[in-house]
Amino acid sequence: MKLEELREKLVYQGLLLGGVALLTSAALAFASRATEADIKAAEAADLKQSLAQVLPGEYENDLLKDTVTLPGKEGEVLVYRGRRAGKVDAVVYQVIGHGYAGNIVCVMGVSREGKILGVRVINHKETPGLGDKIEPAKGDWIHDFEGKWLGEPGAAKWAVKKDGGVFDQFAGATITPRGVVNAVKGGLEFFEGNKTQLLDEAGTKP
Amino acid sequence: MNEKYARITNDGLWNNNVVFAQMLALCPTLAVTSSATNGLGMGLATTAVLLLSNIIISSVRQLVSPEVRIPVYIVLIATLVTLVDMSLNAWAHELYKVLGLFIALIVVNCAILGRAEAFASKNGMVDSALDGLMMGVGFTLSLVVIGGVREIFGSGTLFANAHLLLGPAFSFLEMTIVPQYKGFLLMILPPGGFMVVGLLLAAKRVIDRRSAAKAAAMPSVATV
Repeated sequence: MKLEELREKLVYQGLLLGGVALLTSAALAFASRATEADIKAAEAADLKQSLAQVLPGEYENDLLKDTVTLPGKEGEVLVYRGRRAGKVDAVVYQVIGHGYAGNIVCVMGVSREGKILGVRVINHKETPGLGDKIEPAKGDWIHDFEGKWLGEPGAAKWAVKKDGGVFDQFAGATITPRGVVNAVKGGLEFFEGNKTQLLDEAGTKP
Repeated sequence: MNEKYARITNDGLWNNNVVFAQMLALCPTLAVTSSATNGLGMGLATTAVLLLSNIIISSVRQLVSPEVRIPVYIVLIATLVTLVDMSLNAWAHELYKVLGLFIALIVVNCAILGRAEAFASKNGMVDSALDGLMMGVGFTLSLVVIGGVREIFGSGTLFANAHLLLGPAFSFLEMTIVPQYKGFLLMILPPGGFMVVGLLLAAKRVIDRRSAAKAAAMPSVATV
């Protein structure tokens, strides 16, 4: 039978669709296998890099291995701890802000005294050209947080300028910086609320 | 033979341009062209997928029954985009961090299905590859022009952050056209996209009409 006639047959069409679906799924499964390890490695390297950005300086332990999980406002929070002379000197954890287009995932580093060492946005879907100035590559805004703590500025001033606070908003994008500021403030409150466990004052070495 | 390739090239770049003649792919076009760099990134990613999808579909075109061609093409294109997405994520992670957002959008780019349907399913592999490449380049140019116009009027810069997309060697592209510009937000927001696309479309029509009138006035030149 010629190909043209064969193509008309319902069975052929069904088999064709099934065959294409099978082949493409196989290709995807294979690719997923082949890329999985590399994607994980790339993401771990990313994480390490972003941890290093919010925790400047050297720590004696591997941050990715010294962790503690605590209940936070939005589910469990995984905290990475950096030690100096056996004591927890700084902690890093994720906070999630609510932006204009979904969640803004940030990491923040907080020192033993509760001061912010650094904040970085690691994932967001904000409008390119407007809200993406929260990325350090596209603006200095995110550095405003460094050195701040809950007492400086006071609780009422932890907001964007439009809401009576001290942090700048961007032209055309207020919701994005507001989301980040609220998330960071929430992160500091989380630190105050869980200080003992975070700083490992009980002295349980992991 | 050469005439055919020249026609395919012309079609892709100007006569049958994806955005300005076929009026396809307007959704990603309007969404990502808030700056020239974004347009370039989306354009390049689309070009790669368009080239590959045209090659694959033209090579299997004899086997696919006309009745079920659309689902077959869609599955093939979606698989291709996912493969590109995964391999970039694994092996070109820096590039993926910049382009990642655009790649998922390519699946919904009807221009790719459009080319598969209108060209690759009826023509040989070499022709289809050239068509995919030229349609992609034409699409990229359109996005860069739209993005450039919106960026200049909207934020006073051109190719801002190009080094994030293309590497530090291309930071010379980054220009500040209007220093101390306060920004004209409307151009960056979606309405600005509609306006710029509309105005550029009108401009292309005027150019086409003028050149047609010129060709009609001088028939002897046109035939040479």
